[in-house]
Amino acid sequence: MVNLVKMILVSGRSLEQGLGKEASKFSKRYIDVTAVCQLDPEDMSRLSIGEGESLRISSQHGSIIVKAVKSKHAPHPGVIFMAYGPWVNNLTSPETHGTGMPSFKGLEVEVEPVKTAERS
Amino acid sequence: MEVFKNVLCPFCGCCCDDLEVEVDSNKIINVKNACALGRGKFLSIGEHRLLKPLVKVDGELVETDLEKAVEKTVEMIKNSSYPVFYGFGCASCEAIKLCLEMADLSGGLADNISVVCHGPTILGLQDMGIPSATLGQIRHRADLIVYWGCNPVEAHPRHTIRYGPLSSGRFVTGRKSRRMVVIDVRKTPTATMADVFMQVKPNSDFEILTALRALVNDLDLEVEEVDGVPVAKLEELADMMINAKFGALFFGLGLTMSYGKEHNIEAAIALVRDLNKKTKFVMIPMRGHFNVTGANEVFTWQTGYPFCVDFSMGYPRYNPGETSAVDVIARGECDLLFIIGADPCSHLPHYIVERLKNVKLVVLDPSITPTVKMADVAIPVAYVGIEASGTAYRMDGVPLQLRKVVDPPPGILSDVDVLNRIVRRLK
Repeated sequence: MVNLVKMILVSGRSLEQGLGKEASKFSKRYIDVTAVCQLDPEDMSRLSIGEGESLRISSQHGSIIVKAVKSKHAPHPGVIFMAYGPWVNNLTSPETHGTGMPSFKGLEVEVEPVKTAERS
Repeated sequence: MEVFKNVLCPFCGCCCDDLEVEVDSNKIINVKNACALGRGKFLSIGEHRLLKPLVKVDGELVETDLEKAVEKTVEMIKNSSYPVFYGFGCASCEAIKLCLEMADLSGGLADNISVVCHGPTILGLQDMGIPSATLGQIRHRADLIVYWGCNPVEAHPRHTIRYGPLSSGRFVTGRKSRRMVVIDVRKTPTATMADVFMQVKPNSDFEILTALRALVNDLDLEVEEVDGVPVAKLEELADMMINAKFGALFFGLGLTMSYGKEHNIEAAIALVRDLNKKTKFVMIPMRGHFNVTGANEVFTWQTGYPFCVDFSMGYPRYNPGETSAVDVIARGECDLLFIIGADPCSHLPHYIVERLKNVKLVVLDPSITPTVKMADVAIPVAYVGIEASGTAYRMDGVPLQLRKVVDPPPGILSDVDVLNRIVRRLK
């Protein structure tokens, strides 16, 4: 078991995120799809984390606790995916590198499981 | 029941113009031909609706009437030392024009949501030009479709059917007549449809594009692989591109948002330019919101620049990295953010949203969003393209007419009508 793994975070659109957005950004549907992280199954094994369990993701800009789900688009070891939304934006970089645009993809993050006691 | 035919979809940059909307007693009861996203938008306009103007009093949002909300907005703009007018991805061109007038009158800054999508594309094409085409030309002629850093099956669900590999064109008919390539960091649903899927590492696009350019220009690569991709695979792709009669590259935020940003776009444009020495090749950015392209167009007509336009010197000034809404908010220079057709509190980095606590917010939106909850003034408006007409630009730069199919709820005006009231009082 590994306690903390460095990974690359990619945020993006998904069909469910689009549908949730139209249902309302306060809806369970939107939250259920934006407050989760998709991981490669091998990375989940490496972290000893199961489907629906909590994990902490930290970047230079912030830290969040979200649910882990097995990616349907694997294999992509070392790469995690989150749908656009307020959760992932706690991690994204405001630095625009002279382009006017923040950095939403390809971010270096640290991922670790969250024990039940710690979460409560 | 009334059926409106050939209605434009106000969801994504595909702007599908073949929707059939069935309306009974001013209620949309069915939408035909739309994807799940477009259909979802038409059928959910009555939900989570902002129905009354709101103003913040002692930290709480309280209902008010439209006149008072407009009056408060005008007062806030007049008292602002540096207002920023932001959004426009879901506003009509007519509304965008009025907001630019407000930015000019107030000596503020106008920026659109290109800063969270294809801003780097604009920077790249300003440096390099862009060999492009309409979606119609691609549908009728392209025998090779490449999707790079985008996942249209989930973000632009009808793109592959109307304009891409599954479309039936006049000269190239159907999927069997076209090759499809997907380049992405994950095997997305779009990738599962492809003849060739090339999985790349995050942030490696510039290297892969540069290697492909070398191969297209008949140079040898003296390595076995480029950033994890075997050279043999790159050679196969380069040959497919050269041997296409008409190739089309659709690219998304996988290129614009990764390391390199506008340099990735410049490399992609250079690749397409090189390919045009050997065959016909074009490229189109996959624009997300239905009128973000229109925002770039209107900004350019009115000011000469497509986004990040600062009016504080009394004339339009453009310097992305300095004059973007994101940079200005990050530096704490903006004291009023006027938002229309966007939800920055959901879609900007948290660091930027934190800084909005010290900024007055005015929001025009049809629905209750996180940004509305943070607003000092929130004014409900009609859904453009459903409850109000207007103009939008498709991702390939073709202007199309948004139609009104139902009336908005009582007392709710279009964004153009609300903005006209504000502009009149600012003059």
